[in-house]
Amino acid sequence: MSISYVRTEMEEAQPAPVSTVGFVGWVRGNLFSSVTNTILTLVAAYLLVRLLIAIVPWIYFGVWDAGSLSECREIFAQLYPDGQQYACWAVIVDRWDQIIFGFYSADQFWRPILGWILIGVSAVPILYPNAPRSLLYVTVATIFVYPFLIWGGTIWPYLMAAVGFVVGYAVYRGLATLTASNAFSSIIAVSGGVIGAAVWWIVLSGPISGALADAMPWGIEAFRSRDLAGFALAVTIGVVAIAASLPLAIALALGRQSDMLIVNKLSTGFIEMIRGVPLITLIFVAVVLLQYFLPTGTDVDPILAIMILVTLFTAAYIAEVIRAGLAAVPKGQYEAADSLGLNYGMAQRLIILPQALKIAIPGIVSNFISVFKDTVLVSIVFPNDPLGIADTVRADSNWNGIVWELYGFIALVFFIFCFAMSRYSLSLEKRLQTGHR
Amino acid sequence: MADAAAPPSEVFRLSMLINDSRYRSTTVQIAVLILFLLGFFWLANNAVQNLAALGKPINFGFLSQTAGYDINQTLIEYDSTYSHGRATMVGLLNTLLVAFMGCVTATLIGLVGGVLRLSNNWLVSRLVIFYVETFRNVPVLLWIIVCMLTITSTLPGPRAFRGDDPEASMILFGNVAATNRGIYVPRPFFENGLGSAGLNFLLVAAVIVAGIFFVRWNNRRAAAQQVQTGHRPDTLWMNLGAMIVPFVVLMFIMGLSWERPELKGFNFQGGLQMQAPLIGVWLGLSLYTGTYIVEIVRSGIMAVSKGQSEAAAALGIRPGPTMTLVVLPQALRVIIPQLISQFLNLTKNSSLGVAVGYADLVATLGTTTLNQSGREMETILLLMAIYLTISLTISAGMNWYNRSVQLVGR
Repeated sequence: MSISYVRTEMEEAQPAPVSTVGFVGWVRGNLFSSVTNTILTLVAAYLLVRLLIAIVPWIYFGVWDAGSLSECREIFAQLYPDGQQYACWAVIVDRWDQIIFGFYSADQFWRPILGWILIGVSAVPILYPNAPRSLLYVTVATIFVYPFLIWGGTIWPYLMAAVGFVVGYAVYRGLATLTASNAFSSIIAVSGGVIGAAVWWIVLSGPISGALADAMPWGIEAFRSRDLAGFALAVTIGVVAIAASLPLAIALALGRQSDMLIVNKLSTGFIEMIRGVPLITLIFVAVVLLQYFLPTGTDVDPILAIMILVTLFTAAYIAEVIRAGLAAVPKGQYEAADSLGLNYGMAQRLIILPQALKIAIPGIVSNFISVFKDTVLVSIVFPNDPLGIADTVRADSNWNGIVWELYGFIALVFFIFCFAMSRYSLSLEKRLQTGHR
Repeated sequence: MADAAAPPSEVFRLSMLINDSRYRSTTVQIAVLILFLLGFFWLANNAVQNLAALGKPINFGFLSQTAGYDINQTLIEYDSTYSHGRATMVGLLNTLLVAFMGCVTATLIGLVGGVLRLSNNWLVSRLVIFYVETFRNVPVLLWIIVCMLTITSTLPGPRAFRGDDPEASMILFGNVAATNRGIYVPRPFFENGLGSAGLNFLLVAAVIVAGIFFVRWNNRRAAAQQVQTGHRPDTLWMNLGAMIVPFVVLMFIMGLSWERPELKGFNFQGGLQMQAPLIGVWLGLSLYTGTYIVEIVRSGIMAVSKGQSEAAAALGIRPGPTMTLVVLPQALRVIIPQLISQFLNLTKNSSLGVAVGYADLVATLGTTTLNQSGREMETILLLMAIYLTISLTISAGMNWYNRSVQLVGR
């Protein structure tokens, strides 16, 4: 037997058929792979083109420079004799300040702007674990500086509020070093710290800041919270709610996970009650009922009351997210903490919560998105939030009849922020997943 | 001889309440309870004193007083001479109506969107992503207002339907009038029904349910026969017949006819009237909640491991049955709890209808009745109690469902 043919070198590979590679291949594979797919593509393309034809020229040929809606219409009548009308963006230019900053006067705009920059900076160390830790000082400072920038007045009440934490911490450290280091002393020290801070805030801080304000009236122009409006209000409610609700949410989540029957039932009852009613009923409670629940004659600032109720609302939702995070921490971690002899507080603070909160961050971010969106509910009781401002603008005789430009702009602003946050939370989820599996 | 390791006799000391882990949790709980009760009684006491000072102690008697206001969208008989309680009932039914309509359409949007989102058609899945991101990142209240304004500013007014040469005409063969005040569709009624709408409804529902039971029995019988003989009898025509024939016969006997909306004076009369606020709230809620359901459906289907559909393919099961028999039952276990929580959200969000004048619970009980009776405490507490009842009922049902699928599951 003889071998008639032996291939000594490989043939050149044939190029793939044109129809499966490159643009054509992509189009065939992704758009026209089957009859159904082709029909779907054509229908989708038709709808898309219709949508674009309806919207793009309307946006693009809009007028940016006019004083009123009728002026816009006159401009269109001159430019397009066929009666074609496009967007009148002039309303955004005209009312930009009001929509974004509410009723701050122009020389005070730096206050919300600086506040937002601070918030942006202070969010960095929370959102990005690799950021320098020293930025956390900015975060802590923002808690007191942002309200000062927004509400103004003398600097002392805000400073005294911050001093309260220092007082509480000092009492705690003092008691902790005075007594022996056991569970008894730690509980005493913590409650001592809390009581010390409470006494400071309730009894002492008012007169002291009043006296200091008389002596050294350092501060900026005071601003009533019922004049807070537009996106300044939306951001403020959102930020206050998220910042104030986090500690409460952690406490509620721990309470709901607790073995102690009464603590567990109280936390569960609170969470379920808040989650069971729409936010608008809570806003009604803030505006209408809260004054009844406080001692006779207490003057309740409605916007502040709304912030408190929105905080409680957010806390109940975030508590559930944190509870899920707590449940996701493996049982071995709890047992390891026990076997090291850590008490409950130390175990939670050093072992459990850091892991649980890390898991919970995406959920917390999506709750932040909902709070930010929910701030527009204020417009049902006060015409202050962005939608309320839109109503005010539409009631103005200059802009009476304007609809889409205004709501489109507000929707766009919400979209930009919420979309950015949701992208962040998605990327975070991905990052956490690779770490865990 | 005494026990060598006899424990020292215990003396209870006060510090053991905190130091001894046997007592510590009781101490903490009692402290928490006392603080809670103190806070609660402080608030309650303030409320009682404030209300007494104003001369209106808590009293729900206003519910039986005459309401004195009209509601434009009602499911049950109502006019301004009825009581506040009746108005509350109208509001509650309106809330449930828009919530039900919204849940149905949002689920439809979500199912279709979720499947399209997963399709390998690039353009279609991008369009669905675009829809999801646009609608879920903007407040639902804004969407409700925009939907409402779309109706009021783009549809013609009833006036445009008048005259010999009207600018607008009724669509769908002159049956449906879409105006800026609302959409008017023909109303079915029975010429020789059982006397009351409720009885008629029950009868129709009974016939449909009987049909469903027959179909289930028929399918079981076919399956049993398939197991025994290997041949499945054709059930399609029998099932269709069982569903349709009795229904058609019933409609014929009861004399089904349609009342068309007609233009009388300045507005349409007769027919089923869906006022503009109802449609605005319904559309806004459906489009917004639909985006969440799209993501739920997508993640539910993706949660079923690919091995399942590959195993089904290896067994020779065709793609259609693979979806209905293998993938969907497993996906539904993931989907349904989240779906129900979205339904709950939608129901709670329906309270935003008050912003466009939809006469739901918040608008009747929480706004007009509150203002007319001046009973803030009672109306708002009742309002919250009703919503809480709805929510707790739905979540109790959801917990029951979760337990039942957990038992079936692995």
